[in-house]
Amino acid sequence: MNIEAFRKIEERAFYALAGLLGLVVLIGLGAAHYMETHGHVVTGMNNQIVWGLPHVFAIFMIVAASGVLNVASIGSVFGKPIYKARAPLSALLAIALLAGGLTVLMLDLGRPDRLIVAMTHFNFKSIFALNVILYTGFFAIVAIYIWTMMERKMYAYSKYVGFSAFIWRLALTTATGSIFGFLVARQAYNTAILAPMFIIMSFAYGLAVFILVQSFMYAWNGMKLDPAILRRMKNLLATFAGAVLYFTIVYHLTNLYFAKQAAFERFILIDGGVFTTLFWVGQILVGALIPIGMLLHPTMGSKSKTVLWASALIILGGFAQLYVVVIGGQAFPLEMFPGMQESSSFFDGAIHHYSPTLPEFLLGVGGLGIAFLITTIAVRVLNFLPRDHSHPVAQDALTD
Amino acid sequence: MDKTPENKSHDSSRRQFVGYGAAMAGLAIAPGVTLFDLAHGRAPEEAASSKVRWGMLIDSGKCATGCDDCVSACGKENGFSGTRETDSQWIRKVEIKDLRSGQSHSLPMMCQHCEHPPCVDVCPTGASFKRADGIVLVDRHICIGCRYCMMACPYKARSFVHEELHDQNPDVPRGKGCVESCTLCVHRVDKGGQPACADACSEAGHNAILFGDLNDPNSEISKRVTTLATTQVRADLGLNVGVRYQGL
Repeated sequence: MNIEAFRKIEERAFYALAGLLGLVVLIGLGAAHYMETHGHVVTGMNNQIVWGLPHVFAIFMIVAASGVLNVASIGSVFGKPIYKARAPLSALLAIALLAGGLTVLMLDLGRPDRLIVAMTHFNFKSIFALNVILYTGFFAIVAIYIWTMMERKMYAYSKYVGFSAFIWRLALTTATGSIFGFLVARQAYNTAILAPMFIIMSFAYGLAVFILVQSFMYAWNGMKLDPAILRRMKNLLATFAGAVLYFTIVYHLTNLYFAKQAAFERFILIDGGVFTTLFWVGQILVGALIPIGMLLHPTMGSKSKTVLWASALIILGGFAQLYVVVIGGQAFPLEMFPGMQESSSFFDGAIHHYSPTLPEFLLGVGGLGIAFLITTIAVRVLNFLPRDHSHPVAQDALTD
Repeated sequence: MDKTPENKSHDSSRRQFVGYGAAMAGLAIAPGVTLFDLAHGRAPEEAASSKVRWGMLIDSGKCATGCDDCVSACGKENGFSGTRETDSQWIRKVEIKDLRSGQSHSLPMMCQHCEHPPCVDVCPTGASFKRADGIVLVDRHICIGCRYCMMACPYKARSFVHEELHDQNPDVPRGKGCVESCTLCVHRVDKGGQPACADACSEAGHNAILFGDLNDPNSEISKRVTTLATTQVRADLGLNVGVRYQGL
C-alpha cells in the first residue's frame, strides 16, 4: 500500500491497532482471572519452580523499561542531540513497559487482591519491598521528565530531572538484578555480578525495543529515518549486545572458579536439555553472535532491515536468557548436603520440571499488550514522534 | 439542694435508671468482652518470650529409612497430603548418601526455624516473621503469594497453596494463594504441648526427634546440643538454625 492510500485509512488503522492490542490485554486479564480462581495449579509452576513464564515476561519488560530510558539519558545527561530528539519517546516507552511488566508480576501473585497490602506493609530489609518503592518512584520521575521535555516553560529543568531519572534507573535495575543476586540459598544466584549484568542487559533489550518501535512509528507516518541516526544506534546496540555476552562469560566463570558451582554449570552449559539449548542457541547464537555479526557487517550492517532484524533477535535472545536465568536457576536442585546424593518425596536432588501452560503465556503476552497499547494511544494523543529536523543542532550532529 | 421526700424518690428512681442502664450496657458488651478475653487469653509477650528458643534435635541414627511416622502425623495435624509437584509438604524424609564412603542417612527435613531466616529478610510485606521464641511463621493475612521466600529458603521448606482447600483443621488455617511451612505446631506448643512429628516419633518408640527449649540450660535438648556433636544444615550460611541433626 502506498503512503497516500494509507493516509486515508490512517484513523481506521489506528483504531484497528488499538482494538487488537486491547483484545490482547483482555485475553491476558482473562488468563489472570482464570489463574486466580483456579489457583496456580492451572499453570506449569509448582513448589519446585515457583517463578515461571509470567516472571520471564515481567522481568524482560521491567529490565527493558529501564534500558529504553537510556536513549533519553544519552540525550539529556550526555547532551547528544539526536538522542535528545528521541528522549520523549524513550521516556514514554519506559513508563509503558514498566506498567506492562508490573501488571504481569502483580497478576501472577497468589493473592493479587491484596495489592493494597503490598502498598501499605513494607519490610525495608526486603529488596522486593525496595523495588516497589523504586518502581513507583520511576513512574513519577519519568512522568515529570516527559513534562519537562514537552512543556516549554519547563525545558530548563529537563536536564536535572533527566539526570535524576538516569540515577534512579541505575538503582532500579541494580535492585532488579539483586532480587536474584542476594539469594544466598541457590547455586544459580548468590552473586553480586547479577546487578551490573542486569543493567547491561537492560541497555541491550531497551535499545532493541526502542529501535523497533521507532521504525514502526516512522513507517506509520510515512517518514524515513536518517541512515546516520540508525548507524549510530546500531553501533551502540552491537556494543551493548557484546557487553551482555561479556558479562555472561564472567558470570559463568565466577560460578566455575570462584563459587565452585561445577555441577550447576555443567547443567546449564552441557546437559540441561531445554536450558542448555536455550543458552547456546537462544542466548548466545540468536541473541548475541548473529546480531552482533549482522550489525558490524561492513556492507549489510548499515541497512535498516539488518538493524531491525538484529534488534528482534536481541529481544528473542533476551527472553531466552531470562528463561535460563529465572527457570534454569530454579530447575537445578538445592544443594543442602554437599558431597551427598539426596532424594525425597519433595524432589530433592532431582532436576525440577516445568512445562508452561497457555494461561501463563497469555498473561505474559497481555503485559506486552498493555505496554504497546499505552504507547499507541500516547503517541496518537501527544507529540512523541522524534523530529530531527526541528532541531538545528541535531542537523549539525548528523553531518559529522 | 434540699432533700424533700419528693426529691429523694426522684433521686432513687434516677439511680435505679442508671443502675438498669449500666446492667443493660454490661449485658450488651459482655459477649464482646468474653470474646476479646478468649482471643487474648495470654498477652502476646507471655505467649512468645525471647527467654525461650524452641528447637529440635534429630538423631539420624534412630531415624529409619522408609519410616514416615513424623510426615504422616504432620499431614494429619496440619491438614495436607499428597506428593504431586504442586502439593504442600511441610516435612519430608530426605535420604542422603555419601558419594565417597557410601554411608547413607535418613532424616526429616522441614523449616529449620533459623535465628536469621532468609525468608523473613526477603518478604516484601513482613508476612514472614519470627516470633520471639524463635518460631518462624507466615502471617496468612498479609502474605500476597509472591513466593520470594520460597526462592530464598535454603531448605526448600516452604510450599505454596496451588488450589482451593477443603476440610481444614480449624487450629491451622491455610489458604489458596499463600505460602506456608512448618509452624513447629505452634498451636500445640502454645498450649504446653510439642509438635505432632515429635509426638508421633516418640509414640512409635523411635525417639529420633527431641523437642525443647534451646535457651534452657537444664533442658534435655540443651544438654545434648552442648555435649554431643550436632550439625546445622548449610551451617556455611550462618543462619543459626533451631533444628539440629545428630549422627550425620
